[in-house]
Amino acid sequence: MSKDTYDAIVVGAGHNGLTAASYMAKAGLKVLVLEKNEYIGGAAVSRELYPGWKYSNCSYVCSLLRPEIMRDLELYKYGLQIIPYEGSATMMKNGDYYANYHDHDMTVKAISRHSVHDAEAYDRYSRDVMRQCKIIKPLLKMTPPDLTSFKPKDIFGALEFAKYFAAKDELGGLGEKEIYDTIRFYTMSIRDYLEEYFESDIVKAHLSGSAIIGTALGPCSPGSAYVLLHHYMGEVDGAIGSWGYARGGMGSITQAMSECFKSHGGVIQASSEVTNVIVKNGRAIGVATKSGDEFYAKKIVSNLDVKRTFLKITNESDLEPEFVKRVKNFKIRGSSGKLNIALEGLPTFPSIPKDDPGGGGDMHFTETIEEMEGAYDDWKRGKWSEFPYVDMCIPSKSDPTMAAPGKHFMSVFIQYVPFDLADGGWNEKKKQEFGKHIINRISEYSPDFKDLIAHYEIRTPKDIHDEVGLTEGNIFQGELTMDQLMFNRPITGYAQYRAPIKDLYMCSSSTHPGGGVMGAPGANAAREILNDMNIKQKGNYY
Amino acid sequence: MNKDLREEALKLTPFHSRTSLACRTNTWYRWAGYTVVAEYSTTELEYTATRNGTSVMDLTPMYKYDIKGERAKQFMNYLVTRDLSKMKDNTVAYVIWCNEDGKVVDDGTVFCMNQNEFKLCCAVRMLTWLKDSAEGFEVDIKEVTDETAALSVQGPTSCSTLKNYGASDVETLKPFEMKKYSIDGYEVLVSRTGFTGDLGYELWTDPKNAEAMWDSLMEAGKHLKIRPMGMYGLEMVRIEAGFIQTGTDFVSSEHALRPVRMRSPYEIGMGWLVHLNKEDYFVGKRTLIKEKENSTTERVLVGLDIDGDKPAHGAVVYNKKKEDIGIVTAAIWSPTLKRNIAIASLKRPYGVKIKEDIFVEIYHPEELEYRKIWATCKVVKRQFYTPERRNAVPAEVY
Repeated sequence: MSKDTYDAIVVGAGHNGLTAASYMAKAGLKVLVLEKNEYIGGAAVSRELYPGWKYSNCSYVCSLLRPEIMRDLELYKYGLQIIPYEGSATMMKNGDYYANYHDHDMTVKAISRHSVHDAEAYDRYSRDVMRQCKIIKPLLKMTPPDLTSFKPKDIFGALEFAKYFAAKDELGGLGEKEIYDTIRFYTMSIRDYLEEYFESDIVKAHLSGSAIIGTALGPCSPGSAYVLLHHYMGEVDGAIGSWGYARGGMGSITQAMSECFKSHGGVIQASSEVTNVIVKNGRAIGVATKSGDEFYAKKIVSNLDVKRTFLKITNESDLEPEFVKRVKNFKIRGSSGKLNIALEGLPTFPSIPKDDPGGGGDMHFTETIEEMEGAYDDWKRGKWSEFPYVDMCIPSKSDPTMAAPGKHFMSVFIQYVPFDLADGGWNEKKKQEFGKHIINRISEYSPDFKDLIAHYEIRTPKDIHDEVGLTEGNIFQGELTMDQLMFNRPITGYAQYRAPIKDLYMCSSSTHPGGGVMGAPGANAAREILNDMNIKQKGNYY
Repeated sequence: MNKDLREEALKLTPFHSRTSLACRTNTWYRWAGYTVVAEYSTTELEYTATRNGTSVMDLTPMYKYDIKGERAKQFMNYLVTRDLSKMKDNTVAYVIWCNEDGKVVDDGTVFCMNQNEFKLCCAVRMLTWLKDSAEGFEVDIKEVTDETAALSVQGPTSCSTLKNYGASDVETLKPFEMKKYSIDGYEVLVSRTGFTGDLGYELWTDPKNAEAMWDSLMEAGKHLKIRPMGMYGLEMVRIEAGFIQTGTDFVSSEHALRPVRMRSPYEIGMGWLVHLNKEDYFVGKRTLIKEKENSTTERVLVGLDIDGDKPAHGAVVYNKKKEDIGIVTAAIWSPTLKRNIAIASLKRPYGVKIKEDIFVEIYHPEELEYRKIWATCKVVKRQFYTPERRNAVPAEVY
C-alpha cells in the first residue's frame, strides 16, 4: 500500500486524461496518472506490432485536437507535428473516381466531372456547414451550463451558450433566422441534408462518410448530420474541417502530452488498472488498483467512459439508483472495426491516377447513400456489413517515420461492425473471417494489395472494448446525438465534469464536447477542478 | 538587330524547365530579375515538406560573388563584422556587413573554398560595394549569379535524400561545413546551410548540370516525401526560424532613402555577428564601438508570441498607454508551433528592458469589415523553432 498522496489522480492515460493531467500539473498540482495497459495513450497510440512499422492502430487521423491545447502544452517541443492531408477519394466500380483536394479549385474541378451543378452547390454547402462550425467552435471550450440551475454561473453560462446560436453578429452569433437552420442541422439525417444541395450520388456518398464514422447511426438516421459537423469542426491551421496525420502516428500526440506532463512534475504509472474508487464520508479520496495498491488524492478524475466510471470502478452503493439507471441507459454502441496493415510497398489503386493527391488522404469505395444504409442494415441484424463503408488511409505516403522508405502502413477503418454478433458472438475464427472479408473487398480495387501485405492486425469492436477500454468499442465514448450532447452529456445535470460523488470528476470523451482526439473534455475538466480548488490559471489559451 | 529585351523580361533559372512543369498553379514570384515559383500546388503542403520530409527550392537568384586573390581572406575580414581570420577551408559563415556609419548593408553567407578563394552569397546586389571596398586589396571580384545554379534541399529527410542522390557521407557534414561531390560525372558543392531552421543543405553547381541534378534529387527523395517549395512556403519557414530578410525586416543602408531608416547590427538582432575585438579593422568598426560604448542603439528586433490566431501582418506595436512603440515586420500563424508569431522592430527600452504589457493591434479582415483585435504579446526569442535535428551530427538518416 502506497502512502503517497497527490492533489489529483487521473484514471486512464488517454489523450483526455493526459490533457487534464498536464493542465493540472502546469497549474502546480501534484498529479498521478494511472493506466491499465503497459503502454500509454489509450486510443491515440503508435505501436510497433510488426518490426519496422509503426501502427496508429486505434485512432488514425487528427483534426479535432484543439490548437489552443497544443499551444498551451507546447506539444511542438515534444515533437508533435501535424501533416495536412493532400486530398481524399472514392473509387468507383466502373473504374472512375471522385476526389477532394486541399486546393479548392481542384475540388471544384473534380466535382464538375460528376456534376457541374454540384460543383457550384459545394460552395453553398461549405458556407452553411462553416456557419455551423463557427457557432460550435466557442462552445467547445465552455462548460455546459446547467439549465435548471439558478446559480449566476449557470444563468450567465446559458446566456453565453445561447448567444452563439441566436445573437447578432456583433456578439458572435449568426442571427435569429439561422437558428432554424441550426435546429434542422442538428436533427436531420445526412441524406436529407445533402439532398438539399447535391444531385450526384457519388458526391453525396463521399460527403456523407463523415456523418457515419464511429456512430451507430445510418445515413438515413435523424441526427447523423450532426456527426458530420463533429468531424468538420476541427481544423488544421485555420483550414476548418481539414484533417491531417500526426507525424509518427497518433501516439506522438499522447507521447508529447506525457512529456509535457512529466516536465511539470507529473507521474505516470502504467500497468496499473484501477478497480475501485475509494469513497469515504461521501467523498472520493483515492483509488485501488488490481494489484492491491491504493493511492490517495484530493481529487479523483476518471478518463474512463461514463459506463466504466460508474458501473465498473465506482460502487453502486455510493450512487443514487436513478443515476445508475441513467448511466446504464447512456448509448454507447460499438459500430466500427479496424484493420491495421503493414505493406511491403505502395499498393496501386488503378482508378486513382498515379500520384494524384486525392489518394493522399482517406479513400473509400461506397458509391451511394443507399449502399451505406445497406451496410447499416447489416449491423442492425448483428452482422458485419457485406459492403462496408471503409475509411482507408496510408499515412506513410505523407509521413516518413511510419515505415522504412518504400514500405507503408495502412489504416482501414470499417463501418459497420457489431460489438456482438447475432450468431453467437465473436471468436477467433469469425474475427479472421471478418479480416479476410475486408481484405478481399480492398483487393477488388487494388490488384497488387494482397501480395504486399507483410502483417495485419484485425480489431473488432470487442477487441477495442477489451484492450483499449472503450465500452463496446464506441470510438466517441458515447453516441453523438442531441440527447447526449452539451448539457445532456453524459447525463443531464452532470454535464459540468463533476460526478455525483464529491471530489470525483469526469474528463473523458463521454463528457462535453464529446469524442475524437480533441482534448477539449480533458482541458475543460481540468479548468473546473482548478476552479474548485481556487487555483488561478494564468496564460492559458484554452 | 539588338535583341528585344522583353523576350525574357524576367530571367529564367537553369531549373525553369523543371520548376515550370512542377508548378501546377502558375503562380510566380519576381526575385532579383528572375522569375521563380511562388506556389507549386499548395503552400501549406510545401511548407510541411520542410518540417516533415524534404523541400527543394530554387535559390539561383541569390546574388553570388567569387572573391579571389592572395589577400582575399584579409579583404573578407575587412568587409564583414564577424571575425573570419580563423575561417577554415570548406566552411561557411553567416555574416553581415555595414557601411562606415555602422549601418547594415546586407546579410549573407561566406564560403571559404581555400584561404585565397571565397564566395559570397547575398540578397542585395553587391558588386559595386565589393569593388569599392576592395580598393587596395588587389582581389579579383566577379559576379557569378548567372553562372551558378543553386538549390536548397531542406527538411528532416534531406540528408537521406542527398545520400540516395550520391553524396554518400553527407551525414558527417557539420552545420556550416561544405564538401564537393562528383555525382553522375558532374561536380556539386554541398553546404550544410539553409534558411529554414531545419536540417538542410544547399547545392551549388554549374547551370548545365541543373536539370540532371533536379531530376536525380526528385528520384532520390521519392520515398522521403520530397516536394518542391515555392517562395510563399519559404516565407513561413524562415519566420519560424527567426531568419531576417533584407528589405522586409530592415532596409539595407544602400537602399534607404531616409537615413533614419538605416539600422545598426544591434538594432536587428545581429549584435552577435559583430566582433569588436577583432584584431583588424573592419568597415564601420569605429562607429559601432561608439554605439556600444555610448549605448546609443535605438531599436531592437524581437520575436513576439501573440494571443489569438490571427496573424499580425504589419501591425503597430503599442505599450499599455497605447503609445506606438514599433512595428511588426513579418508575421504568421505557425503550423508547427501552433502559435501566432511575429518579428517586430521595437523602440528600446521596449523589447529589452520592458517586456511586459506589450500589445499589437491587428486588423483582421472579415468579409469587407475589419475586426480590430487588441492582442497581448510576449517578447520571446526570435528563433521560434530550432529542432534538435537542425544541428545534430551525424545528421538524421531515414
